[in-house]
This record gives sequence, C-alpha cells and structure tokens, in this order.
Amino acid sequence: MAFSNPISNLFGRSPIKPLQEHMSLAVGCAAQLEPFFDAVIINNWAVASKVFDQIAEHENQADELKKQFRLNMPKSLFMPMSRTDLLNILAQQDEIANMAKDVCGIVLGREMDIPAALQADLIGFVKSAIETCEKALKAINELDELLETGFTGQEVKFVKKLIRELDAQEQKVDKKERKLRHRLFKLEADMPPVDVMFLYSTIDNIGAIADTAERVGNSLELLLAK
Amino acid sequence: MELFTEYGTILILMAAAFGFFMAWGVGANDVANAMGTSVGSKALTIKQAILIAMVFEFAGAYLAGGEVTSTIRKGIVDSAVFTDQPDLLVFGMLSALLAAGTWLAVASYMGWPVSTTHSIVGAIVGFAAVGVSYDAVNWGKVSTIVASWVVSPVMAGTISFAIFRSVQRLILVQDNPFDRAKKYAPMYMFAVGFLMAMVTLLKGLKHVFKDIGIKLSYGENVLVAVGFGILVTIIGTYLLSKVERDESKEEDNRFYNVEKVFAVLMIFTACSMAFAHGSNDVANAVGPLAAVVNVVNAGGDIATKSTMPSWILLLGGAGIVFGLATYGFKVMGTIGRKITELTPSRGFAAELGAAATVVLASGTGLPISTTHTLVGAVLGVGMARGIGAINLRMVGSIFLSWVVTLPAGAGLSILFFFFFKGVFGV
Repeated sequence: MAFSNPISNLFGRSPIKPLQEHMSLAVGCAAQLEPFFDAVIINNWAVASKVFDQIAEHENQADELKKQFRLNMPKSLFMPMSRTDLLNILAQQDEIANMAKDVCGIVLGREMDIPAALQADLIGFVKSAIETCEKALKAINELDELLETGFTGQEVKFVKKLIRELDAQEQKVDKKERKLRHRLFKLEADMPPVDVMFLYSTIDNIGAIADTAERVGNSLELLLAK
Repeated sequence: MELFTEYGTILILMAAAFGFFMAWGVGANDVANAMGTSVGSKALTIKQAILIAMVFEFAGAYLAGGEVTSTIRKGIVDSAVFTDQPDLLVFGMLSALLAAGTWLAVASYMGWPVSTTHSIVGAIVGFAAVGVSYDAVNWGKVSTIVASWVVSPVMAGTISFAIFRSVQRLILVQDNPFDRAKKYAPMYMFAVGFLMAMVTLLKGLKHVFKDIGIKLSYGENVLVAVGFGILVTIIGTYLLSKVERDESKEEDNRFYNVEKVFAVLMIFTACSMAFAHGSNDVANAVGPLAAVVNVVNAGGDIATKSTMPSWILLLGGAGIVFGLATYGFKVMGTIGRKITELTPSRGFAAELGAAATVVLASGTGLPISTTHTLVGAVLGVGMARGIGAINLRMVGSIFLSWVVTLPAGAGLSILFFFFFKGVFGV
C-alpha cells in the first residue's frame, strides 16, 4: 500500500547544502586562475589550456547545480531566509565561475603576452582576488551553523566578522588593481595598443571577480538582517 | 431487548473486530507519523523507536485513553434520543467503525493524508444526523471538537516556538553551547516527566484508581507528578553523563556535540509523544466499540450509568502494538529516510510541543489529530527560523483532506447504517 506521510512530505530539502556546494565549485573555478596565470607568464600554453578545460568543466557543473537549485525552489517553500535573497546569492556565485572562465578564455585565445615587469604584480593580484573568493566561501559555509542557531547570538557576530574580513580583503585587491594598472600605464606606449586594451580588460575582469565575491558576502549580510 | 439477547454476542464480536482493525490502522500508519521525527533526526534507530512506541503507546492507550474514548462513546451523540431505540446506536457505532476503517484503507491506498480522528468523528456525526435525526447529534460538543482541530496545531506551534526560542536563548547562542546543553537538558526532562504524570494522574488513571479504590487529592497528584519528574530527570542525567564531547567532529559542524545532547533529550520526548498519541488515538478505534458493549451489556438500557470495561482499552492498545509490529516499522523507516533535514534540537522542540498539546487534549477528552498537531509544531519551530525548508503545500493538502474526509466518513457510515438496519431487520 502506498501510504502517504504528511510528516515526511512536510520537510523540503534545505537549500543550504546545495548553495554551499555551488559556491565551492565557483570558488574552485576562481582558484584555478593561479595555476593558469603561472603557466601564462612562462608561455606554457599546453598547461594553460589544460587548466582552462578544468575550469570549464567546473563551470559546467556549477551551472547544472544552479539549474537543480532553482527547480527545487518552489514558492511554497517556507524557509528561514528569503527565497529572493538566496536566488540572488546563487546568481552572484555563478557569476564568479563564469567570469573566471571568461578571463581565461580571452587570455588563452589571444595567447596574451604578459610583460616581465608586470608578471610578479599580476600573480600577486590574482592570488589576492582568489583569497577574496575563498573568504566569501568561508562565510557561505557558515550558513548551516547560522541555521543551527536560528540566526542569532555568537554565530551572527562570527559571520559578521567574516564578512568584515572579506570587505577588507576586497579593498586590498582594489589597491593592487590600481597599482597594476598604473604600471601598465607606464609601459603602454611601447606595446601594441590592442594588447594593452585586452590587458586592461583582463585586469578589470579579475578585479570584478573579487567584487562579486564581496557582493556574495553583502547578500549574506542581508540574510542576517532579517 | 430481544435483539441484544439474540444477537448480543455477535454484535460485540463484530464491534471488537472492527475496533481492532481500526487500532491496527492507527498502529500501522499513525504511529509512524508521530515517531517519524525521532527516527528522521537520527536520535533513535527504527528498532528503538518501535520498542518505545510499543511500550508507551500501550501505556498511553491503557492509562490515559479513557477520557477521549468516553467522548467518542457518548459525547458526540445525544444519548437521550436513543433511549427508546438503543439498537440504532449499536448499528450506528458499528457503521461508524466500518466506515472510518474503509475510508482510511482507501485513503491510505491512494496516498492521501487523512486523519483517523476526523474519519471517525465524521462517521459518527454522519449516521446520527442523517440516519437517525438531526437532534441525535450533540452539536455543541461537535463544534468544540472541530474548534480543537484548529486550536491544537496552533497551540502546538506556539509551544514548540517557545521551547525552541528557549533552547536558542539558553544554549545555542551561548559561547559554550555544549556545557550549557548538558546543564539545561535535565530541566526539559523534568518538564516532560511532570507533564505526562500530571495529565495521567488527573484524568487518565481515574478508572484504574477507582478499580483499586484509591483517591488522591490535587496536591497529592502534584506531589506524585513532581516525584515522577524527578525520577525521569535522574534517569536522563545518567544518560547524559555518558555523552562525551568529540572535539574532532566539531571542525566540520560546531554543533555536533550539542546535537548529541539533544538526541538524548529526544528519547524522552519520543516516549512522551508515543504516550500522548496512544492516549488520544486509541479512542478512535475503541470509542465506538465501548458504546456497543455498553448498550448490549445493559440490555439496551442507555440510561444506566456504567463504567467502561478495561479490556476495551487493552484491546485497543494491543491492536496498536500489533499494527506497529506488522506494518508500522516499514512506514517508520520510509518517513525516517525522508526526513533528513531535522536535527535533534528541532525535533525535540517540535515533539515536546506536540506531545504537550496532545496530552492536554487527551486530558480534556478532545479527540484531535496527532499528525496535524505535529505539523503545527514543526511550523512553530520553522517560525523561529529553525528549519531549512518546510513545504507549505502540505498545509494546503491537510485542509483539503479535512474537506474530503468529513463528508466521506459520514457518507460511508450512513450507507453502512442502513445496511445493518436492513440485515438485522429493524
């Protein structure tokens, strides 16, 4: 007999675990930027293209997860956080993965040459941006503990602290970005103009990844406010 | 009356068989709803849950099930109307049992979330209002019962909300939740023990005490209940002392060990839930049976004041246990597997809120739906931002099942009523 159980049907699948998995995939994509640029500065395009393939694969997985997540978010779900906020966070997380893939795609497609004078700064900048993403991931990973405490008390303070750290890290990234752009400005007269343009846009895009990670943190803060 | 001397035994046997079948249904299906949260939050294994359910369902049914049974037996219908035609009451109650049983079987087969309580109340009202006369129903009492169906989930929700908030305040938001949990858990255990003992003493044990000639004053009742509460606390404290902190698990989830404490607490709420469920839901099966036995034994004299024989509650308890043993464990397993998002701290708050409400209702003799009450309690914890996702569509389907169950139970029971009337040639 097919017994129906109102009690078991009552519980939906919590969105928190899938959201965390998605974020860890997205940040995984961003983290690959480091090996990618390591390969780029020594013009090892075989390795760079391999790393790119990995990023693309992770990005695909994240997309799939995003789709599943949205399908499992009917309006009739009663959750301790707003559905809109969650979907917002998800969209921002997804953007991290997309942007990481786009940056690599352009650099790889144009086999961009990074001037020696910029290389060290660029790697530092990329590492900093990745660190921002990782801090955002850490904050997102606190969501289950937040739920456990019912969004109150010490845990809220702790997450707020994590978000402050995330903001500070993003500012560091901004600083590095300005410095890097300034260096490029000094060099640009001696470089082919198209290369310069793309280099600027690559720097911009990497900075935007860190920005998006910060926005994830800010959206998380919105969840706490309610 | 001639009918009762001639067919009395057959009528009682039929009523007992139908009643046992209903009790089987309660044990097979309803108990799993009541205990599923314990299994789902992994505080208990299925085997442990079944054992607890067997013992405490039986205890609840036998010790505290009398009040609700008497409501079903004689509260819904107006016995004055049946004084001249006791045979109609007997046929009616038989039809009500058969109707509710049939409806539950159909609904379960189709997978609808219907309530035993609503089926039997609908069936009794049905045969009395349509088969006999509009005045045969004690509408005042019926409206109280229907009101309690709305009030009980709300009340359970409020209580579990308050309990969960207190857990947050006292334990979860603190710096050292594990130590706090160990400190405050005995307090909740005492509350569980005291509440169960109090309601049982005040209402349920009346018939047992009367049999052996004991009468306690209110103060003595409180004293005994406090004693029982302390006993429960002592057992609980012993179990708690065995919970050790496993720091290695805290890296992944800082509340791992706190939840272990709540898992111990949940053993107690599971007991109280089974007890509460038994005390309220046994009546659905044996209330009509008790009515039949009463009338037949009195030879049709409804006015005679008679107490309910204990064997009726025993039969009900046994039926529930039988249902559990034959089918309930399967259902329990299914539910347990499906509820994966509930942690012991939440399950505890929801179960305690629901159990308190059901036990109180049992004490006042109101037949309510344990399942709906538990749904209300879970929503209460959800309101306190405690649960990841609750499917609100379930609330809608419960309302729908009300709308369908009451007329369905009533219609079937009217049908059976005229069938029995025809068969016994009255």
